[in-house]
Amino acid sequence: MPPQTNRRLLFATSAIAVSLGLAACSPKPPKSLPPAPGATTTTTMPETTAPQGPVPGSQEDFIASVTSDTIHFDTDMYNIDATSQQILASQAQWLARYPNKNITIEGHCDERGTREYNLALGDRRATAAKNYLVGLGVSPSRINTVSYGKERPVALGSNEAAWAQNRRAVTITVQ
Amino acid sequence: MIVRTALAAFALAALPSAAWAQATAIPASQAPAAAPTPAADAGGLTGSVSDENAWDDIGIAIPAFPTNVSVPTAADGGNTEALGRNLAQVVYNDLKNNGLFKPVGPDRLPAISFATVTFPQFDGWRGRGADMLVQGFVKGGANGSLTVGCYLYDVQLGKELAREGYVVAPADWRRAAHKCADMVYSRLTGESPFFDSRIAYIAETGPKGHRRKQLAVMDSDGANHRFITNGQAIALTPRYSPDYKSIMYLSYLAGSPSIYVYDIGTGHQRLLFRTKNETIAPRWSPDGKTVLFSMSTGGNTNIYKMPAAGGSPVQLTDTPGINVGGSFSPDGSKIVFESDRSGAQQCYVMNADGSNQHRISFFGGRCATPEWSPRGDLIAFTHIGGDFRIGVMTPGGGDMRLLTDSWQDEAPTWSPNGRIIQFFRTAKGSGQASIWQVDLTGRNLRRLPTPVDASDPAWGPVLP
Repeated sequence: MPPQTNRRLLFATSAIAVSLGLAACSPKPPKSLPPAPGATTTTTMPETTAPQGPVPGSQEDFIASVTSDTIHFDTDMYNIDATSQQILASQAQWLARYPNKNITIEGHCDERGTREYNLALGDRRATAAKNYLVGLGVSPSRINTVSYGKERPVALGSNEAAWAQNRRAVTITVQ
Repeated sequence: MIVRTALAAFALAALPSAAWAQATAIPASQAPAAAPTPAADAGGLTGSVSDENAWDDIGIAIPAFPTNVSVPTAADGGNTEALGRNLAQVVYNDLKNNGLFKPVGPDRLPAISFATVTFPQFDGWRGRGADMLVQGFVKGGANGSLTVGCYLYDVQLGKELAREGYVVAPADWRRAAHKCADMVYSRLTGESPFFDSRIAYIAETGPKGHRRKQLAVMDSDGANHRFITNGQAIALTPRYSPDYKSIMYLSYLAGSPSIYVYDIGTGHQRLLFRTKNETIAPRWSPDGKTVLFSMSTGGNTNIYKMPAAGGSPVQLTDTPGINVGGSFSPDGSKIVFESDRSGAQQCYVMNADGSNQHRISFFGGRCATPEWSPRGDLIAFTHIGGDFRIGVMTPGGGDMRLLTDSWQDEAPTWSPNGRIIQFFRTAKGSGQASIWQVDLTGRNLRRLPTPVDASDPAWGPVLP
């Protein structure tokens, strides 16, 4: 199931939760009672069509729940910018919800670096993401890091747009 | 996406036990021997490679090596007569492909008789305009072994300059030809030999986003190619031990980058150092007793050394940022390495105990992957200034020269005699990698033939 669909479902669910919560705070009697059972037959729907979100705590649930699984970096940089902070905060929230789940953070670089330097830089990026999550309260023992240097690009071009996509740290849940 | 931590089944191909080429005495020729003085000692051919070198204009005739009696052999050709032509062809290719001399090979020369090998017909060769003449023979021996003789004659002087004989197993026939080419090259230039050597590298296949990377080895001319790992785990940055008994390399076998020591004789491998941190950039000391590696802790990467046989690592660098790689000077006393402690990759030298770390590269652009020449006189490196190019400089950082000009040339490795540099070139867009070599003039540039794409070459020393 595409992540967009999951997000929409999630949004709908939380909207219902919010309205229920508001209803609980305003205990006014309904203006009219609901129709008696059997008065109409057109409203009965089989329960099987109810929306089924991803299994809670799964990788699919993680992808559906967080702003993104990927943060990006400038050339040769490893700092966590404002956009990345917001993404990692959403990941930290998910991790707080599923305290038994661990993650691996992959650090990646663009192709415009020497191989061994990029392996070290990828480690630096993954560690920077890890440290930020730890700062948000995630236990370091739950976070593994691995650097792929320039070995696993996600964008295949040799241009600035592709390189910007490849300078990244990707969070993957350990299932 | 799934987490790539599962241990993949990992087949390692055991290589045959170390090849051998045993020196043997061969008869002197009828030609008078020239004084056994290397050309370098006569003056004029020493110093740095430059346009003044006279020897690249020397014409060398290399006719097929005749045999006394053609007998079947397991070596290429099937019998010693055909093998003799192949031997001469390898000698010719060695000298020609490296831009050395002006050789003429067996395809363009008349055959010579077995008796003529030690009785060169100088008048005829003078008529062909040859300056030098390489004649050799091959004989079948006991247990299938082969004896190869190699003679170098000065045609103009009518004298024998050098001769060597080698006994080889059929599978090692090319080594006899490389040793013959080495003898010719060394005698005429005064330089150390380098043809009889091997290269470890990474064979690449598959799409750019998911390249399959296998450890592989080949002779210095690209022959005798073999895969060692099967490609299920990413393999990178191999280095032959100085005795050719093992190869250190980086593998993702355990999920994250770790250094393994692969034993060529047994086909087994072991972790160099067990740690939860990533270990990369393995390097041997010139005597093979010490190894360098780089380890990441807390986002910083530093260089460590430890006994090759195992033991406790000693940390050599300790700065925030990335210190990586390292290459010993030939005497083992110093190490050149790269560090971004100044803000960007630059090259530094330190003593082998980690003391006296100082930057040597100040030429603009960045300095990466420094490798100390086996001669000690130069350091090769990747120059990053827009494009990636191969450069050389003195150990003090002076006389910087760029030898290549392409989009991305990376990771130089020296020939055993410090005269030629191999590196890998990545194509813009496709990302396809290939191994190239260039001499110190920058003029003789060529691509090495490999069965598939190739990167991370590491040239071993002259074979024992």
